[in-house]
Amino acid sequence: MNLTVEGRQAFAYNAAHAIDAAKPSVVFVHGAGLDHSWFGLQSRYFAYHGRNVLAVDLPGHGRSEGPPLESIEAIADWIVALLDAAKIARASVVGHSLGALAALECAARHPERVERLALLGVAFPMKVTDAFLEAARRNEQAAYDMDTVWGHAPQVPLGGNPNPGMWMYGDSLARLARLAPGVLYKSLKACNGYAAGLESAAKVKCPALILVGQRDMMTPPKAADSLAKAIAGAQTVRIAASGHSMMAEAPDAVLDALIDFLR
Amino acid sequence: MAGPKFPGFDTLALHAGQSPDATTGARAVPIYATTSYVFRDTEHAASLFNMERAGHVYSRISNPTVAVLEERVAALEGGVGAIATASGQAALHLAIATILDAGHHVVASNSLYGGSHNLLGYTLKRFGIDTTFVSPRDPRNFARALKANTRLVFGETLGNPGLDVLDIPEVARIAHQVGVPLLVDSTFTTPWLMKPFELGADLLYHSATKFLGGHGVAIGGVLVDSGRFDWEASGKFPQLSAPYEGFHDMDFEEESGTRAFLLRARREGLRDFGACMAPMTAFQILQGIETLHLRMPRHVENARKVVQFLSAHPMVESVGYPELASHPDHELAKKLLPRGAGAVFSFNMKGGRPAGRAFIESLRVFSHLANVGDAKSLVIHPATTTHYRMSDEDLKKAGITAGTVRLSIGLEEAEDLIDDLERALKAAQRASP
Repeated sequence: MNLTVEGRQAFAYNAAHAIDAAKPSVVFVHGAGLDHSWFGLQSRYFAYHGRNVLAVDLPGHGRSEGPPLESIEAIADWIVALLDAAKIARASVVGHSLGALAALECAARHPERVERLALLGVAFPMKVTDAFLEAARRNEQAAYDMDTVWGHAPQVPLGGNPNPGMWMYGDSLARLARLAPGVLYKSLKACNGYAAGLESAAKVKCPALILVGQRDMMTPPKAADSLAKAIAGAQTVRIAASGHSMMAEAPDAVLDALIDFLR
Repeated sequence: MAGPKFPGFDTLALHAGQSPDATTGARAVPIYATTSYVFRDTEHAASLFNMERAGHVYSRISNPTVAVLEERVAALEGGVGAIATASGQAALHLAIATILDAGHHVVASNSLYGGSHNLLGYTLKRFGIDTTFVSPRDPRNFARALKANTRLVFGETLGNPGLDVLDIPEVARIAHQVGVPLLVDSTFTTPWLMKPFELGADLLYHSATKFLGGHGVAIGGVLVDSGRFDWEASGKFPQLSAPYEGFHDMDFEEESGTRAFLLRARREGLRDFGACMAPMTAFQILQGIETLHLRMPRHVENARKVVQFLSAHPMVESVGYPELASHPDHELAKKLLPRGAGAVFSFNMKGGRPAGRAFIESLRVFSHLANVGDAKSLVIHPATTTHYRMSDEDLKKAGITAGTVRLSIGLEEAEDLIDDLERALKAAQRASP
């Protein structure tokens, strides 16, 4: 569905299910340089299981008008503006990577709007190497290669894809090739510059789930520990054999963890 | 700045798509000879059917052995994914049926495998899809043939049988200018000789029966998507960018821009047309792919030696191999095919039909049959076999004469192949009028 958020056209995938005020809602927020389809299987499941689903394309990504937002705080406020546009009072927010930081910040800044918080492939601080940032700033292919290789577990290019017939590296590179120049850089810069993680984590009052991939090279499992300690009552689930792209690498494990958590 | 290293071609050819079997530890790809897969419960079944979970339901739609082949070919080509089919022809049909409707139009090279020519020129007409055939030698011919209802541009990386080299970058540019994808048949080149997606093609397919399988034991095809064509932006493909009544009003582009084509091809094409690949076939083709990077250099090396021999023989009028300066696409081949121009080529012999008959029947190492891309060397006379349905005029357009002989050079000792050809050419000379 298309909405107008902060004066610009924004797209949110809802699996062709209209918003129903009587149903609970889930917002899915993707990571840097990606789009709503990164949560394809999981968002589709919840849309067909009694939830309003808004799997967003962040500004400048996928089908949403740009430019990309340049800070995690701005994305957090944009999520609430999206809820306003969709006339949804409260929602669970599921975020991955950059989207996880935005979801965390959203829960801290707008506790009345966030029912439950799921942080996937998260780290704090979410530092991006200088080489990656510089390659992204120059819109070099090397940046997309780094994103693809570090964004998956080491066995992915050689192993089998749970989604029959698909090659995860190829899908990642094809998605990144569609990005407008500068989008990946601005998103990575937003991750790199986010400093409020621990203070915001302490403000989270809703139930929280942290989902980490044991073979994540982008946000290694240990890098989520500080957030897990800072969020009161946060539950951590570790997915063996998955890297950063856990929704594609271990789709069933991610879905099962979300079903348990959002039940 | 250099990015992190990706696994190389040779490694992908051996490993992509498969981890050792989690249950048994089997290192080789297991042959999952099963039609169907037990659901954990009714909820799991519903989720698989509705694309909420990944997995297998029924082997016409997907199968674990076939999925390894699909992922491996996608990895070798640099695509987002692939669908294996019952044959190369099934792959071509699946590509067309996924994005074209009755009333649509194809612009195709006229230098095609006879089966592809039949499908486009005769059979698809019955279903309301018309094709204009053009010479691929000048890319502007594709532009001149475009119509408002054109939805696909199609050619072979190396045209059959004259080895016209398709100028993929230029033809892709022409197709993209009007929001239409370029599909190429990459059978003769394989990903070892050419990566069409890197040159601008959007979709490709192989007759995996040929070099991918490489041993003449299994019929199969593989259709690969680059994931780079923007179906939504084109505005010409409601098949992928509007709700599809046949699958819960799914808008495939909305589900995933990069996977839209393969989603529909699998969820509709395999479901309804059903030209799927059997797991045993996938296993056999995988065995071939594991040595593709070793076989292709030898195929090319042997082909070069045979081309050199034939070019100097008095019974040979001409040899059509793009690495020869005499071939019209010599310069383009140097640019697009630096590793070699394949191992299938034609030559024209003097002496007419009697000489041709004597030549074919005198060969001992070369096998006279209707296939190419085998480990064994093969020979055929196109005018009486693969292209026999074509009119004389169409034959001439495709560069074929009564004296044209097509060779597929295998992996034998090159000297033995040359001896065999020399003996047969002597017989042809004796039979000449």
